[in-house]
Amino acid sequence: MTESILLSTKQVAFFAANGYVELSAAVPTTINERFLDAIGASDRREDGSPENLEKLSRLGGLIAKSDIPAVPAGTPLYDAFEESTALGDLIRLPSVRGAIQSLVGMKCLLDHHFVHVANGPLAYGSRRQVSQHLHQDSTIDPRASAFDIQMFYFPHDVTPDMGGTRFVPGTHLRVVSESAVARYQNMLGQRHIECPAGTVFFMHHGMWHGGGVNSTNLTRFLYKLRLNPTEPQVRLWDTSDLSQDDSRQRPIFFVKERYDPESVASILTRPLPWFENDTGRIEYIQRIRFWRHLIGDESFDADYWATRLECEPKQLDL
Amino acid sequence: MKAWAVYDGTGKRRHMSGDSQEPPYANGLAALLDGWRLIQASPLINHSHGEEFRMGYLKYEFFFEKLENCD
Repeated sequence: MTESILLSTKQVAFFAANGYVELSAAVPTTINERFLDAIGASDRREDGSPENLEKLSRLGGLIAKSDIPAVPAGTPLYDAFEESTALGDLIRLPSVRGAIQSLVGMKCLLDHHFVHVANGPLAYGSRRQVSQHLHQDSTIDPRASAFDIQMFYFPHDVTPDMGGTRFVPGTHLRVVSESAVARYQNMLGQRHIECPAGTVFFMHHGMWHGGGVNSTNLTRFLYKLRLNPTEPQVRLWDTSDLSQDDSRQRPIFFVKERYDPESVASILTRPLPWFENDTGRIEYIQRIRFWRHLIGDESFDADYWATRLECEPKQLDL
Repeated sequence: MKAWAVYDGTGKRRHMSGDSQEPPYANGLAALLDGWRLIQASPLINHSHGEEFRMGYLKYEFFFEKLENCD
């Protein structure tokens, strides 16, 4: 087996701050085509004819009869898919395997998986198409450090009018109750996924997201896979690019040199458009605490945000 | 304005999640100047000990309304 291509420190720091890693066009065309063929979706055209509507109505059955297995929750990922299948090959690609290994470890468990289907307007007829509300998957998740990842695999090109998954980078560390965030129809900085075929996103389980409206005459497919860790998620990635500067404090406010924009501290203290003025600072602290777990260093800090709050000298017993 | 939702009681427009990338107004004052009325602002709640840094829903929420004549 070819060696895994692990994520770099900068990529994992980006994940800590933004909640996702994107591997653009990482899956070769042969696997994309085999996946679509396996679920009966090689021809994704929709024309609104009775024959086409009948075909679309059978799609769920075709997916159920495909070689995609129904997997008991908690099955080790690499026991779940045979190598000869498209998904079996996909999760063993060096880049995909490396990202999984870097975030949840090779002994991760399959939580669940699903093929999401978004039809275009001709399949709806007179019914109104509505986007999916903003939500966080599962339910309130109060875990302090461990996290699941969700792999979003797009087996075909996703154009802007296909309503690719909408998500709000950086929302992953907020503890909310599933669709309670649906009250926010739109947020500054939200991203609508558009990508070439074979693109894979790995998202933190807490990411706020929702499906968009497909306005085309092509069915859109998304394969989603949730994975749970079974080992501490500490330095599972390629740390060879970790610099000594990444564990040192740097001057703040009064500085004489421009910050390295690619340093871990810079990545963890970069604001996002939806940040409120005061709670944006608490987001930095959340990211710093998350990074402490990932790097296995409880003294790590970025720009002193956490350290000054922990500075409580005690009276010594004499 | 960091996040927004619009519900049109006249039925002329139906908004949905993800339907706009730019907020309708840059801030609340701009909405007031355009004839909207502020009917509720979120209260400031003290931070309970041990939970100071746990973040959940957005903190500053304001409800605006605008009345229109309907036939």
